[in-house]
Amino acid sequence: MSSLRRRAPLLVWLAVLIGSLIVIARTSFVADMSAFLPAAPDAGQRMLIEQLRDGTLARLMIVGIEGGTPEARHTASKKLAAALRKEEEFLTVQNGEAETLRRDQEFWFNNRYLLSATVSPERFSTEGLRAAIDETLLNLSGSAGLMLKGLLTRDPTGEALTLVDDLQQQGGPRQAGGVWVSRDGQRALLLLQTRAAGSDTDALAHAISTIEQHFASVKQADQRVVMSGAGVFSVQSRDRIKQETSQLASLSTLFIVVLLLSIYRSPRLLALGMLPVVTGALIGVAAVSLGFGHVHGLTLGFGTTLIGEAVDYGIYFFVQTGSNDARGAWQQRFWRTVTLGVLTSICGFGALLVSGFPGLAQLGLYSIAGLIAAALTARFVMPQLMPARLNMRKVEPLGARLQRFVDWLVRMRPVLLILIAACAVLLIVRHDRIWNHSISALNPVPEEAQQLDGELRRELGAPDTRYLLVRNVPDAQTALQAAEAITPALQALTDRKALGGFDSPARLLPSDVTQQQRQAALPTPDVLKQRLAAALKGAPLNADKLEAFIDDVAAARTRPLLTRADLNGTASALALDAMLVRRSEGYSLLIPLRASVGRDIDAKAVREALDKAGQPELLLVDLRGQAESLYGTYLDEAIKLSAWGFAGILLLFVISLRSIKRVLQLMLPLAGTVVLVMAGMILLGQALSILHLIGLLLSVAIGSNYALFFHQGNDAGQDTVAERQRTLVSLAMANIATVVGFGLLATSSVSVLQALGGTVGPGALLSLLLAAAFATHHNSQSTQESA
Amino acid sequence: MSRRRLKSLLLPLLFPLLLLATSAQASDLKLAELMGLLAQTRSARATFVEQKFIAVLDKPVESSGELAFTAPDVLEKRTLQPKQEAITLRGNEITLERGKRSMIVSLQDYPDAAVFVESIRATLAGDQKALESVWRVEADGTLARWTLRLTPINANAYVSRIRMQGTRNDVKQIEIEQKDGDRSVMTITRLPQP
Repeated sequence: MSSLRRRAPLLVWLAVLIGSLIVIARTSFVADMSAFLPAAPDAGQRMLIEQLRDGTLARLMIVGIEGGTPEARHTASKKLAAALRKEEEFLTVQNGEAETLRRDQEFWFNNRYLLSATVSPERFSTEGLRAAIDETLLNLSGSAGLMLKGLLTRDPTGEALTLVDDLQQQGGPRQAGGVWVSRDGQRALLLLQTRAAGSDTDALAHAISTIEQHFASVKQADQRVVMSGAGVFSVQSRDRIKQETSQLASLSTLFIVVLLLSIYRSPRLLALGMLPVVTGALIGVAAVSLGFGHVHGLTLGFGTTLIGEAVDYGIYFFVQTGSNDARGAWQQRFWRTVTLGVLTSICGFGALLVSGFPGLAQLGLYSIAGLIAAALTARFVMPQLMPARLNMRKVEPLGARLQRFVDWLVRMRPVLLILIAACAVLLIVRHDRIWNHSISALNPVPEEAQQLDGELRRELGAPDTRYLLVRNVPDAQTALQAAEAITPALQALTDRKALGGFDSPARLLPSDVTQQQRQAALPTPDVLKQRLAAALKGAPLNADKLEAFIDDVAAARTRPLLTRADLNGTASALALDAMLVRRSEGYSLLIPLRASVGRDIDAKAVREALDKAGQPELLLVDLRGQAESLYGTYLDEAIKLSAWGFAGILLLFVISLRSIKRVLQLMLPLAGTVVLVMAGMILLGQALSILHLIGLLLSVAIGSNYALFFHQGNDAGQDTVAERQRTLVSLAMANIATVVGFGLLATSSVSVLQALGGTVGPGALLSLLLAAAFATHHNSQSTQESA
Repeated sequence: MSRRRLKSLLLPLLFPLLLLATSAQASDLKLAELMGLLAQTRSARATFVEQKFIAVLDKPVESSGELAFTAPDVLEKRTLQPKQEAITLRGNEITLERGKRSMIVSLQDYPDAAVFVESIRATLAGDQKALESVWRVEADGTLARWTLRLTPINANAYVSRIRMQGTRNDVKQIEIEQKDGDRSVMTITRLPQP
């Protein structure tokens, strides 16, 4: 009977664990930006996320070939492009080769009367024809005259040239050896679009390795390839984070294993100590999955960090048990303390639960569920499985030495108080500059990679799509008509430099209505002949020589309208698909706006123009601004909720301790840690991001355990000296493990890991020192001194 | 020379620029002697009037403007009338400016034209061998009144004939005839060195 009662917790634990695993197996894990998206996003915010996830921008990869001779680079570019064009993974591969260009020009020329915005009844009136032909003749006087003369008899009104001018507004990248090159000619450039969306990191990683493989087979010994683009960044960041975390984690694990083994002298205890963490992590994930229907990658990463607090339970329990019977009388006090520690952490993380951002709310639920599970495992499962007799190293002598250090810390209280006060003053003075609300704080992409990206983008003239006009419409025709309706207004803004320019899908594929209007504007062959005869009176050109023109116009009048399929194989197709995006229901119309050189876009002027043009449904989205403000709101809410969490901890202490003095003894180390770490960051010139905040939360959670254990020893006579010494050693051990684990992260070159490690490492150490100084009762000092 | 591919169109127009660099003092026209002298010009400026004779048009298209050459490889043709435009050859790069637009292309992408320019470069450098690998060159007249005729060795070339006339150190006229019979005649007036 007693064995059944003893085994009951084990069975419950196993059952819950299996249940969690089943839930987790059916969980969908998401890695997109939606964690940062408020539960009720507005249209602009949705747009941002869609663009980041599926947008063309996220699918673009820029490839540069460096080194060797220019000729060899040009050849490599052509070979690489040819190889990549055969790969299913890439929707388009452009490297500026004349073949593509020729195909585009042919398309523009053959369809000029449907594509050109200048086609109108006026243009094909006698006067219009005269003016257009005069202009064409004038162009013949230029240096390109002998080149243009070939077009004269087929296109005397110069529609093809107007189109080319219109479509090639930006000038495009430099050409050399038949391919795109950088401005200094030292790089051959290719622009690729992946089939995989920007959120599909695995597929993007595969695409990158495909590029590398093909490059390896075409390259010469002295050539290198560089790559950039959002997709390349996400793959590189993931790889680096993976690599660095696994390196640093193995290093710190090794250290901690050696440390614990030297005390425990038992691999079994070591393994048992991990039970609460593993259980907590599994149950935490299962809880989030049940609560939210899915789990963000972000939650997994940060949440596991937060319940990392549970590692300490094993250390506390085993070391404090010492060579005693694990079911000694001290146990009750021990578990009371741990319970209070868990409650403290719940207060700290609980505030996150009410967040309007799913990412923060998930983090809250994960930490709370995980910690409770971890604590229960530590309380009811871990002791069941531990050996009846422990063969641990005697830690009491070490504890005695630590006690003398604690006593010294207690004497240093005034100094520490002054330090904390000074730092608090610093924080108050600098209160508006503590946090970095810029999303770039989260960017794991190293500076030099960002620079390379900017360089390649400028050289390619690739859009830095920051501003977009967006509208969701039921069908493509509505989108094209909307784009046509707004074109005059945008052109007017461009002319007066409120805009640097804009792209429009209707330039590449006019709406059916517009194409029909253009067809209707073209005169019949007989009428055209008459008008030409009249228009060319006195001109050096005779109407008889324009048979080809008359034939082309006649064919254009009755031909089938252009559709998206006609663009296949041209560069226009890619550009069109980027602006006319098919969605699950209907289409998104995207009109990228460019700012004038050295100026920002005048958002107010653009909005007014939209209203005036009767297109208020078009939404002006500033992608970077959206991202910034979204992250800013996210961070603000996290700070606010953390403050509430801190208030919750205070309330908990007031209720459970019922003594202002004791509450102060516990709160002072926690508040002091936060103040010192934040001030330290400021003095190092580092503004704090959401990662620092997560780090602070964890420091407080861990620190509260330290403070509570120190405080537990206060009730004189309850703890024996030996027990207190063992407690001290256990705290020091737990602390070293944390400080080493996170301290190593602080050496990472990935900024997000560095921020987390740089906060928790010092935070954990400071909270231990401050807990020792302030949470220790005077009694213990006197007891120790008399002992 | 690795640039073997050629295209044509811009180059008939650049050609005169290159010729502008010539300043020959020939009395008895030995090609080698003329070439040696041509290579010596450091810089020159001139005005031009150009007529393009195009078959489909009843009368020639006329334009005028300025030419400038700076050794070793910068040539500029600035058309002022009837429509402004500038075309500059700098090394292997051609810049075309028309209205607000400016376009930079590489010689290598205009293979016909590239042979042209390389040949003329060869002329300027006094590299008779390179020149004669692409053109049949005939020199006529005296230093006071010379004529240089270039005919492409490759029968498929875009240009069928180039004829230059000069007086002493002045290139006076450049006539370029295309395969289809259309031709341009540029008359050049040298400006005094500033």
